[in-house]
Amino acid sequence: MKKTVLIGALTAGGLAAGMASAASLSDVQSRGTLNCGVSTGLVGFSAPDANGNWQGFDVALCRAVAAAVLGDPNAVEFVPTTGKTRFTSLASGEIDLLARNTTWTFSRDTDLGFEFTGINYYDGQGFMVPTNLGVTSALDLDGATVCVQTGTTTELNLADFFRANNISYEPVPVETNAEGQQQYLAGACDAYTTDASGLAATRAAFENPGDHVILPEIISKEPLGPLVTEGDSDASQWGDIVRWTLNALIAAEELGINSTNVADMASSAGDNPEVNRLLGTEGNLGEMIGLSNDWAVQAISAGGNYGELFERNIGENTPIGLARGLNALWTDGGLLYTPPFR
Amino acid sequence: MSTISEPPRTTFHPAMLINDTRYRGLTFQFVALVLIIVFMAFLGMNLVNNLALAGLNISFDFLGEPANYDINQALIPYSSRSTHLRAAIVGLLNTLLVAFMACITATIIGVFAGVLRLSKNWLVRKLMSVYVEAFRNVPVLIWILMIGTIVQQGPSPRVYLGEDPERGLFLGLFAFTNRGITAPAPVFGPGSLWVVLALVTGIVGAILWRRHVRKTLYASGRLLPNWPIFLILLLPPVIVFLLLGRPIGVDMPDVLANRFNIQGGIELQRPLIALWLALSVYTGAFIAENVRAGILSVSRGQTEAAASLGFRPNRIMNLVILPQALRVIIPPLISQYLNITKNSSLAIAVGYADITATLGGITLNQTGRAIESILLLMLFYLVVSLLISAVMNIYNSSVALKER
Repeated sequence: MKKTVLIGALTAGGLAAGMASAASLSDVQSRGTLNCGVSTGLVGFSAPDANGNWQGFDVALCRAVAAAVLGDPNAVEFVPTTGKTRFTSLASGEIDLLARNTTWTFSRDTDLGFEFTGINYYDGQGFMVPTNLGVTSALDLDGATVCVQTGTTTELNLADFFRANNISYEPVPVETNAEGQQQYLAGACDAYTTDASGLAATRAAFENPGDHVILPEIISKEPLGPLVTEGDSDASQWGDIVRWTLNALIAAEELGINSTNVADMASSAGDNPEVNRLLGTEGNLGEMIGLSNDWAVQAISAGGNYGELFERNIGENTPIGLARGLNALWTDGGLLYTPPFR
Repeated sequence: MSTISEPPRTTFHPAMLINDTRYRGLTFQFVALVLIIVFMAFLGMNLVNNLALAGLNISFDFLGEPANYDINQALIPYSSRSTHLRAAIVGLLNTLLVAFMACITATIIGVFAGVLRLSKNWLVRKLMSVYVEAFRNVPVLIWILMIGTIVQQGPSPRVYLGEDPERGLFLGLFAFTNRGITAPAPVFGPGSLWVVLALVTGIVGAILWRRHVRKTLYASGRLLPNWPIFLILLLPPVIVFLLLGRPIGVDMPDVLANRFNIQGGIELQRPLIALWLALSVYTGAFIAENVRAGILSVSRGQTEAAASLGFRPNRIMNLVILPQALRVIIPPLISQYLNITKNSSLAIAVGYADITATLGGITLNQTGRAIESILLLMLFYLVVSLLISAVMNIYNSSVALKER
């Protein structure tokens, strides 16, 4: 009898221990660090710098969330993931948040049980070829060998594009962007395909970027954004925190709040009620998502508003040199538009 | 009167399960069995619970849906509209192909290296030792990556392309590029079945001639010439081929079709070459050690006896030593073949589309059906490994010492 009870208790204990749970605010707060999944290295989006510190546009989002939740933008544990491992890492609870230029698709949102919490970069898939090949359009690539990262939407778009245009190609599957870059430069493939932003970042890292050209065709819509696991109410609160942290960064740009004036503006309530609500000098928005009222101030102070993050990491003055394009505020003709903070 | 007392007939009571040596072993086995069953049940329940918690179910319906991705080497017709199941089969055939090729070359390399490691020539012996130790003691993944990089060092296919190429095809037939080797491919037209049948007839005829030669040699000591074997082998297919108006054609590599790659012919792609070579040389080093152990297990007296009968050294090896050494070599050889098959799952490192890359990689990732895909993958490797073992065991029993 005693033994049965013991075995029963062991089983129950083991079961509880073995359960993979969705991330929640209390998990992150009790741990004191945010586990953030990023790419294995894509300059401008997420890559370690010379001192081993992670830098980039996606990394900045992780830091903003960590600042909002923990008050410290450096309380982040970065977990590099490949196209193949990212979803397993997120589903198993190894990471709380995946910010790895991941495309928001229907099946990932519904069937895989994840929740996309917004779009931080509107992208599309393009092709890069060596200039001396004389190719000016993706439609000229009939019979070419193309390097493509395996386990991505890119791989599927590639097959669809060539099929729809009735031209043939030979895929060379690679696991990471670094491997793709190496294969492409070694001439194992004629063209490299991935999101246009990724191509720009990869090309910027080449010794002679001028020897390579990005073709004009954009063959797909790639809305890239952070995602978390779907689950109970705790998990949905966590999703809300990530969603509204991103929205706060975008709203801050729209409202003219940046890393230099945020402390000033948050010191006392001003004339604009929306600014006051966002910065916590009025109302209790922070409380509603389980955070302190200065959460948005922390997030914005971490690295600045959306526009500042863009310019510093991937903007026109960086080697990557991406124009705002679709990623400008709606007031400037772009697609960035946040729901109101009230 | 009964002075001889019967052995005390003790009644069974539960404490004897621990105290009595007759029952103790059984008790512990029983307890261990229960623990194992409980542990397994726990794992199963944990899986079911976690799946339910994540709102997932086990379903194999995804196998019937279009795969939507392309594969660079398909032995059966495949396009991005084919199903995930077909993509898995394409991967499976690719795994079997590279495993089969590597088993053959690894055996050849292994036998040579193993025999040469026992050579009397100091240089040869030491060279083989270096080969065996270097390849055995570095992980196979590193060899795959390294050989993948070496194979990539050829020229771009573009040097062969166009009206006025930088470089002509080797012998007008072959192209060696950083993407693989292109060679002419046979094209089977109508009537080619008869040519194949004629070739089979030729092979059977050749075997019968060899038997006849051996029989006359043993019966009368007269050695018949060996050259008619080539006539018997080649004449029937050549005659049928010409009679039917050359049904089998040749598809030559086409350097004018487009400006990226050589079209036509048959291409041995770089990933396959890299994986095949890497698995061959790596496993060849292990087989070399098996072969050496097998040869050393045959007593030296056998060599001396054969030598005293006047056999030359290579005949001693082929007719006396190796047949006996096989008994020792075959069992570990089976596990080396299994290792090749299993190690081929590292294929994605060089971009080879084996079953781990298709079913366990892309399909798993695009459908999110991790558990189903991995279960299928395990089932496949299990079945293939058991089949290889079964076949090799049959061969092993044919060379084993016949005990009567």
